[in-house]
Amino acid sequence: MEPVIEFSNYSFRYKSQKEPSLSGINLKIYPGEKILIAGPSGSGKSTLAHCINALIPCSFPGEVTGSLRVGGEDPARLGVFGMSKKVGTVLQDTDGQFIGLTVAEDLAFALENDAAPQQEMFEKVQRVAQVVDLEHLLHHAPGELSGGQKQRVSMGGVMVDDVDILLFDEPLANLDPATGKRTIALIDEIMKLRKMTVIIIEHRLEDVLYRDVDRIVVVNDGRIIADGKPDELLCEEVLGQQGVREPLYLAAIRHAGGTLRPEDHPQHIETMNLAPYRDLVRSWFTATPPLVCSNTNPPVLEVENLSFSYAPGEPVLREISFAVRKGEMLSIVGKNGAGKSTLSALICGFYQPTEGRILLNGQDIAPLSIKERGERVGLVMQSPNQMISKPMIMEEVGLGLTVRGVPADEVRERVEKTLKICGLYPMRNWPVSALSFGQKKRVTIASILVMEPDIMILDEPTAGQDYRHYTEIMEFLRRINRETGITILMITHDMHLMLEYTDRAVVIADGQLITDDTPARVLTDESIADRAYLKKTSLYDLALRCGIGEPSEFVERFIAYERAENQ
Amino acid sequence: MADANLKFASPRRVKRSGMVIIMSRILSYEKKDTWIHELSGFTKLVFFLLWGLTSALTYDTRVLLVMIVISVVIFAVSKTQWKQVGAVMKVILLFMVINLIAIFIIAPYQGCEIYGSRTDLFPLAAGYVVTREQLFYMFNILIKYFTVIPSVFIFLVTTDPSEFAASLNGVGVSYNISYAVAIALRYIPDVQGDFRRIRNAQEARGIEMSAKAGLFDRIRKTSSIIFPLLFSSMERIDVVSNAMELRGFGKKKKRTWYSAKKLSRNDYLVLAFTVLFCAAALVITYADGSRFYNPFV
Repeated sequence: MEPVIEFSNYSFRYKSQKEPSLSGINLKIYPGEKILIAGPSGSGKSTLAHCINALIPCSFPGEVTGSLRVGGEDPARLGVFGMSKKVGTVLQDTDGQFIGLTVAEDLAFALENDAAPQQEMFEKVQRVAQVVDLEHLLHHAPGELSGGQKQRVSMGGVMVDDVDILLFDEPLANLDPATGKRTIALIDEIMKLRKMTVIIIEHRLEDVLYRDVDRIVVVNDGRIIADGKPDELLCEEVLGQQGVREPLYLAAIRHAGGTLRPEDHPQHIETMNLAPYRDLVRSWFTATPPLVCSNTNPPVLEVENLSFSYAPGEPVLREISFAVRKGEMLSIVGKNGAGKSTLSALICGFYQPTEGRILLNGQDIAPLSIKERGERVGLVMQSPNQMISKPMIMEEVGLGLTVRGVPADEVRERVEKTLKICGLYPMRNWPVSALSFGQKKRVTIASILVMEPDIMILDEPTAGQDYRHYTEIMEFLRRINRETGITILMITHDMHLMLEYTDRAVVIADGQLITDDTPARVLTDESIADRAYLKKTSLYDLALRCGIGEPSEFVERFIAYERAENQ
Repeated sequence: MADANLKFASPRRVKRSGMVIIMSRILSYEKKDTWIHELSGFTKLVFFLLWGLTSALTYDTRVLLVMIVISVVIFAVSKTQWKQVGAVMKVILLFMVINLIAIFIIAPYQGCEIYGSRTDLFPLAAGYVVTREQLFYMFNILIKYFTVIPSVFIFLVTTDPSEFAASLNGVGVSYNISYAVAIALRYIPDVQGDFRRIRNAQEARGIEMSAKAGLFDRIRKTSSIIFPLLFSSMERIDVVSNAMELRGFGKKKKRTWYSAKKLSRNDYLVLAFTVLFCAAALVITYADGSRFYNPFV
């Protein structure tokens, strides 16, 4: 069979860069295959995708050597428009790529640009809407849709062109775990139904592997490091070495001393042959000490019977109560739109609660203004670009102090101290624009830390970041939590984050607090995971299939083991 | 019902959330089931332009009064609600009052010149005398406003932006410009959301935007919201333009529109009525050689 995509000895260097971003790529993808491309940020995996849809070299110019054929044609010659007839690209940002004012118009966008007759558009939109299950939402505006629905619109929007290849750029980045799982299932169904080739770029390996993948291609430093069947690749060390997170159940088996073999089919925990590993895992479980978590500090934040609604009769939050002890790292989890962000907005004073109260160190903070609260509760927004307003690092970090009239000497001293804690001291005289995304994130955290608040709230601290950067930021947060004793609250739908880095999870679903427990117990409780659009962790299945009666205890010991190993 | 309740909620409670909700709904398209909503954007644009032109040209009180009656009827038929337009209406009324006062101060006897007579009513301070002619002249200006304002409102709240873009393109405006109109409307709520989040976060850092701060101070502090807003909007533009290109925007000379509407019988009727009415109005207005209707002769 002829490959539908073929890179031969392909290299690419961006015009503005000295080093090539891709070098010596040889890759063949055959019709009907499902390929997962994994690798850390900056590894070249997005560059690879841009070559396939012709954004490279048409929109991002540079130097190409070697050859690339997609469907027998050269993308550089066909151009972005020509390629859009063969390859449908679904971008990471489901909001940004929603162009139309309604679902139907967005689905029709490519047809409109192709000057298709209106009647044909009506028919095609109807047909595609059926495939991606949006028939009832055709006249909805993007603001009325959930993240998963928007993603289905993006998928439908490229499928109206009858493309043969679907290319997904980090499709799971902005979705809660349950929605992500459904997306992967939908991709699988569509590709089988329409006999398409699918390429998924994603670092959340375990989530993509929820449905069979034909091959995993590992990319790093612009080269292909590995290219093989999942069952084979998962048994090698290459994923971990390249900064790609391997599935948790496989990590546990390795910790237990198991050597994975492809013939046991490690791709799915449900069907993997565990016979060779069962005893190892069980004895590892008994030998690993349980997690000691003994925070007996007094509460720093107490939320009592908090309710909130924008319009009467439509509560967004209902009777939420929980307490946070000093020095805790706590996660607030739940599906997109469950009310997590509203809760943080109430704590920061952006909205006033309809009922209930919030206590900080035992004091009701209702009378405090946003500014006054800001000195005690610091909020770090999701994207650093939403916060940074000064050109220089020192200025940006000191902003909160300067506007409060703190003398310049003291500002300088406190900023320098904070920059040291945050590992930014060597760059203190740099402009903010010279920093990487992760460093910018640290600047925003520093600009909050410098005010020495009691609590820091972070909104999705690791959204859209690969495993290496994720680990870097989370280890950094854990370190400042230990060193300064600051209480950290994180709003997230990342299950790894809550499991590995927080002591407790407050779970919100449909505006109500449904549980407040250790992450291990939350992620091993099926009914809670379902209601909160989380997903049971695969460690749970591993424990059960190994005959371990206390799966949540197993998960906790696994975390304890990994934390000890990380130190 | 929900509306009434909102009014009684404490102002503090609805201040922020309420403002945003209202801001994003004011003067924006709302889907309703009336024959005016069903009309093509092109028809409504033609009506709006000719209607505005007529109103600008004529000072004929009889014509203006008829136009007001028609405006009010259309306003009611289109089921436009006060909450959709009320806030903007109040601002316009305020400017109108200021405008009328200014006219009186600067040109207190303009009406007398126009109508060629002077009937004093009563003297005012500083040598100003209120005349019957001046009052009538200012009354005409007032009702001119009232003929145009409803038509602007109705146009905005009853026209689907995409369909409007389609009809602009239909009358020969380039589709790039037409689409820019539609896409701006698409992203306004997103940018508003960004603005709100950024302002909140910066306020928490201590940059107060309330009225307490002085004007100069506020302008300076606005930069701490504008720059982040600019950068996050640029991020957005980057994604949008890539997404548009990937789906073939701008490659062909022509483009079709999913939401384009063919002109219906009602459209032709409205167009015919508009042209005839405006022509008649202008004929009546200029019949005696002056734009003004003079009741003082």
